[in-house]
Amino acid sequence: MANLQTTVNGITFKNPIIAASGTFGFGEEYNQLFDVNCLGGISSKGLTLKPKDGNLGIRVYETPSGMMNSVGLQNPGIEAFIEHYIPVMRQWDTVLIANMGGHSMDDYVTGAEMLSRADIDMLELNISCPNVKSGGMAFGIKADVAAEVVTAVRKVCRKPLIVKLSPNAENIVEMAQACEAAGADSLSLVNTFQAMAIDIHRRKPIFNNVYAGLSGAAIRPIALRMVHSVAKAVQIPVIGLGGITSAEDVLAFMMAGASAVQIGTVNFTTPDAGKIIVEELNALCEREHIENIQDVVGVI
Amino acid sequence: MKYFQSTVLSNIQLTDDIFVVQVVRHGAPVSAGQFFMLKCWDKELTLMRPISVYQATEETLSFMYRVVGEGTRRLSQLQKGDAISLLGGLGNGYPLDQLHGHIAVVGGGVGIPPLSLTARMLQAQGETVDAYLGYRDQLFAIEAFEPYCRDIFVSSEHGPEGYRGFITDLLKAEQYDAVLTCGPEVMMRKVAQLCAEKQVTCWCSMEHRMACGIGACLGCSIPTSEGMKRVCKDGPIFLSTHLFQEV
Ligand SMILES: Cc1cc2nc3c(=O)[nH]c(=O)nc-3n(C[C@H](O)[C@H](O)[C@H](O)COP(=O)(O)OP(=O)(O)OC[C@H]3O[C@@H](n4cnc5c(N)ncnc54)[C@H](O)[C@@H]3O)c2cc1C
Ligand SMILES: Cc1cc2nc3c(=O)[nH]c(=O)nc-3n(C[C@H](O)[C@H](O)[C@H](O)COP(=O)(O)O)c2cc1C
Ligand code: FES
Repeated sequence: MANLQTTVNGITFKNPIIAASGTFGFGEEYNQLFDVNCLGGISSKGLTLKPKDGNLGIRVYETPSGMMNSVGLQNPGIEAFIEHYIPVMRQWDTVLIANMGGHSMDDYVTGAEMLSRADIDMLELNISCPNVKSGGMAFGIKADVAAEVVTAVRKVCRKPLIVKLSPNAENIVEMAQACEAAGADSLSLVNTFQAMAIDIHRRKPIFNNVYAGLSGAAIRPIALRMVHSVAKAVQIPVIGLGGITSAEDVLAFMMAGASAVQIGTVNFTTPDAGKIIVEELNALCEREHIENIQDVVGVI
Repeated sequence: MKYFQSTVLSNIQLTDDIFVVQVVRHGAPVSAGQFFMLKCWDKELTLMRPISVYQATEETLSFMYRVVGEGTRRLSQLQKGDAISLLGGLGNGYPLDQLHGHIAVVGGGVGIPPLSLTARMLQAQGETVDAYLGYRDQLFAIEAFEPYCRDIFVSSEHGPEGYRGFITDLLKAEQYDAVLTCGPEVMMRKVAQLCAEKQVTCWCSMEHRMACGIGACLGCSIPTSEGMKRVCKDGPIFLSTHLFQEV
């Protein structure tokens, strides 16, 4: 057996596979299909201070080798998460990451304060959310805006702080460095790419919000490039994601510099993908004579 | 619910674009009104496709589907012995324990087949079932209602036989203790309205694009009078009064 253990910010993951936010709920549904204890970690559905209903109309849509989504952060709110879902997720021996979004600086700070006091292992800050103050442009586009959020959250956050970068950032490397300087303990990337689909018969966009987020295998090569350039440019650990569908992809992201990875859309293609990828990673490491998976991190 | 690999027993073309595929059940749980996520591809497509259960035996499951795009086109090419992956049974299904007496099932298009299993289960628990089946042109699956229903009403907009027009023209809601409907949303709204006028309970089977099919991704949430509900998990069967504001 290869040693798949990996460490990010002093937190030990039994293997580098983390279920990505928004694709795995709070783990309950998938735990009915396979034992989620086999995962290195689970990142919760994106949480906001207040419960959110999310968007109307079509929310998911198949695209070549991928999908688009416009769920709109439907979630029960941080209070309900702490009360109902942390106890559920704590039954499992897997790293518990709370993923949090916001629409104003106050949302982020208050939310981070609450989650920081709760029984979670790490906080993942989703900065891809639209900023109400700047006409809906996401916090994660301009490095100075993102740095402001990270600085404010850092002040109140007593858990390891992962900042999840948007690939729509003006310059992903500058964004990463700005978040590092503002106090991020680690970075995860990428979130979804802003994309569009049109129903030509109705002459209307597929999504009510016109644009939606692209994920899945289609984005993998770009995500890999971004993980590589960011990992080269920062000192803090990087968690890689974007279109991972196999153990081979996991190794590629780790060789590009990721200390751990997340799997999102593949959970829909293959409902027990988490379990399968962990098993295959074990076998693959043996075939490749990798004794400690951490040894391959950043070899390229 | 269970995720499993199965084998195609048959895949038969019924009309220009309607097929019925039968697969090995492998002990998967099923109840009336439930659906499965299906795929017969590995990397070529990303999402599994939701299809309702048409009929079930101890050993088999059947799904009737219309070819509308790439996923259903690939399903239509399946041959006996081919591999297929299934996730199910999914969704709440009809509340059979609350359905008693004289029940109407009202289906339109590919909303018709899933009502066949429902009619069978209702008959098995001693209820009397009438079927209202609305088609565009070509007829299918009528024989799948004959053993379980007292009366069968058929309509088609351009078809060869039966009433010419909409199936809702024929429905006399007041005759029934409950009405179950599955089909295009415009049809279900009309059914819901007819039932509301006569204060008859009406259950609707909703469709929405899905990703996970098990309640995790919130890709299929719709607004209801009870708040946002996931079609895949809280549905697909909903009380009409929870879905449509006007009824
Ligand atoms: C709970 C449920 C049960 C269903 N049961 C049946 C059934 O028994 N028989 C059957 O023929 N069809 C059924 N459908 C619809 C079926 O899932 C879609 O027709 C199918 O997913 C289309 O896939 P595609 O790749 O062929 O088409 P795509 O290329 O994906 O789309 C082509 C067309 O199909 C529509 N469509 C795509 N996905 C869905 C979807 N998930 N729900 C509704 N419309 C969709 C699109 O609006 C588009 O017009 C059901 C849907 C749901 C949600
Ligand atoms: C349906 C869906 C919902 C998502 N919701 C969230 C979310 O709430 N918060 C977040 O940070 N990312 C969210 N994401 C982004 C994923 O976590 C991930 O970053 C992205 O999908 C790329 O990885 P993948 O290609 O493996 O899916 C969501 C993605 C999908 C497909
Ligand atoms: S399809 Fe994922 S919650 Fe319904």
